[in-house]
Amino acid sequence: MTVNISAAAAVILQRELLLGFRRPDQLLQPLVFFLIVTTLFPLALSAQLSLLRDMAPGVLWVSALLASLLSIDVLFKGDADDGTLEQLVLSGVPLGVIVIVKTLAHWLVSGAALVVVSPLVAMALGIPFGAFGTMMLSLALGTLTLSWLGAIGAALTVGLRRGSMLLSLIVLPLASPLLIFGASATDRAITGSGSAGALYLLAALCVLTSTLAPLAIAAALRITLE
Amino acid sequence: MSAPKELAADQVHLWRGDRHVLKGVSLGIAPGQMLQVSGANGSGKTTLLRVLCGLMRPEQGMVTWRGRSIREDPMAYQADMAYASHEPALKADLTVLENLRFAVGLKRHIEVAELRSILIRLGVAECEELPARALSAGQRRRVTMARVVAMRASLWLLDEPFANLDARGSEVLLQLLDQHLSGGGLAIVVAHHEIGLARAASHLELAA
Repeated sequence: MTVNISAAAAVILQRELLLGFRRPDQLLQPLVFFLIVTTLFPLALSAQLSLLRDMAPGVLWVSALLASLLSIDVLFKGDADDGTLEQLVLSGVPLGVIVIVKTLAHWLVSGAALVVVSPLVAMALGIPFGAFGTMMLSLALGTLTLSWLGAIGAALTVGLRRGSMLLSLIVLPLASPLLIFGASATDRAITGSGSAGALYLLAALCVLTSTLAPLAIAAALRITLE
Repeated sequence: MSAPKELAADQVHLWRGDRHVLKGVSLGIAPGQMLQVSGANGSGKTTLLRVLCGLMRPEQGMVTWRGRSIREDPMAYQADMAYASHEPALKADLTVLENLRFAVGLKRHIEVAELRSILIRLGVAECEELPARALSAGQRRRVTMARVVAMRASLWLLDEPFANLDARGSEVLLQLLDQHLSGGGLAIVVAHHEIGLARAASHLELAA
């Protein structure tokens, strides 16, 4: 008997999305956090539009980074606690495929949702309409990369009782190149200078993590289960 | 002549830190046979099952399935095996049917009608639309067994399957085990008490 991998991947994706929508609090928490933190800045700083616009890329990206971290620590923890992780690992489906599907599903309900609400935040921060496209593209690439990096941290800390602090310590330094290029792409889109270079670098980081992170995540999960 | 052993473990040793948990365990079972593993608390029964299903790697010795090490082609071995641990492995937010559909769907395509008939057999058909969080411990155990049956695997590895089951539940489980073994299946069951199976079962007693 062998397992049909594409059918199994579809089953995992369906399961993850259904679980995401059954627990709307987990879905909404990072989004609400993102919206609240970004709207606190215009309140705390002076209402000068030029100042807000200068700070907007940094505010946007730091908030997106922290919002992503907020939701990632439950990626494998829930499954590890109730025993479903063992069943997934023993399902006959390669662990690499399982972690790819789980991480992509997590990005769809967290990162992609964050990209969708980002224009609201952009308006509050005075980012011009012309920069919305680049900003959303850079955030899409950035949040996906963050999901991969976060999943490595989540897999490493899955066996720990209070692993979320350690998770931040593992992921935040790894995410600093992302923050630099992401904020730079958004900044350049606002000022009207070419943002293609920064976007290409973001895309390169996204490809790098998409290909290598699943191996690291699978290895970390195997160690945890032993 | 005895039937060839499909699942065999040879001199398996495993340490957890300084503790020597599995001290050279050897076993072998052929199709249609069941092995009951017993022993005092902490004697390594669950650890042995985790080694046999491939979750833990022994420091010495190896486990073979149909003559090949389970490390050689783990995917093929896992497709032939169903493991039920202490944990019911049910998602609290999903209904019983959804839980089973997703868990079994990883191994093979299954129709809802077939799942329903298995749930009826196990006496938990009325719970099919309930979220798993609403089930009692015994009902969870029955749903776990429904998953094992639905997977149609040749090898069952069951950790305390009789825990929390009432008399009727234990009876159904015995019937299912008997049916599985009559069909040429294999089973390794961790249980403290004597399993009242009609057919002969071999025993392995782990020393503490």
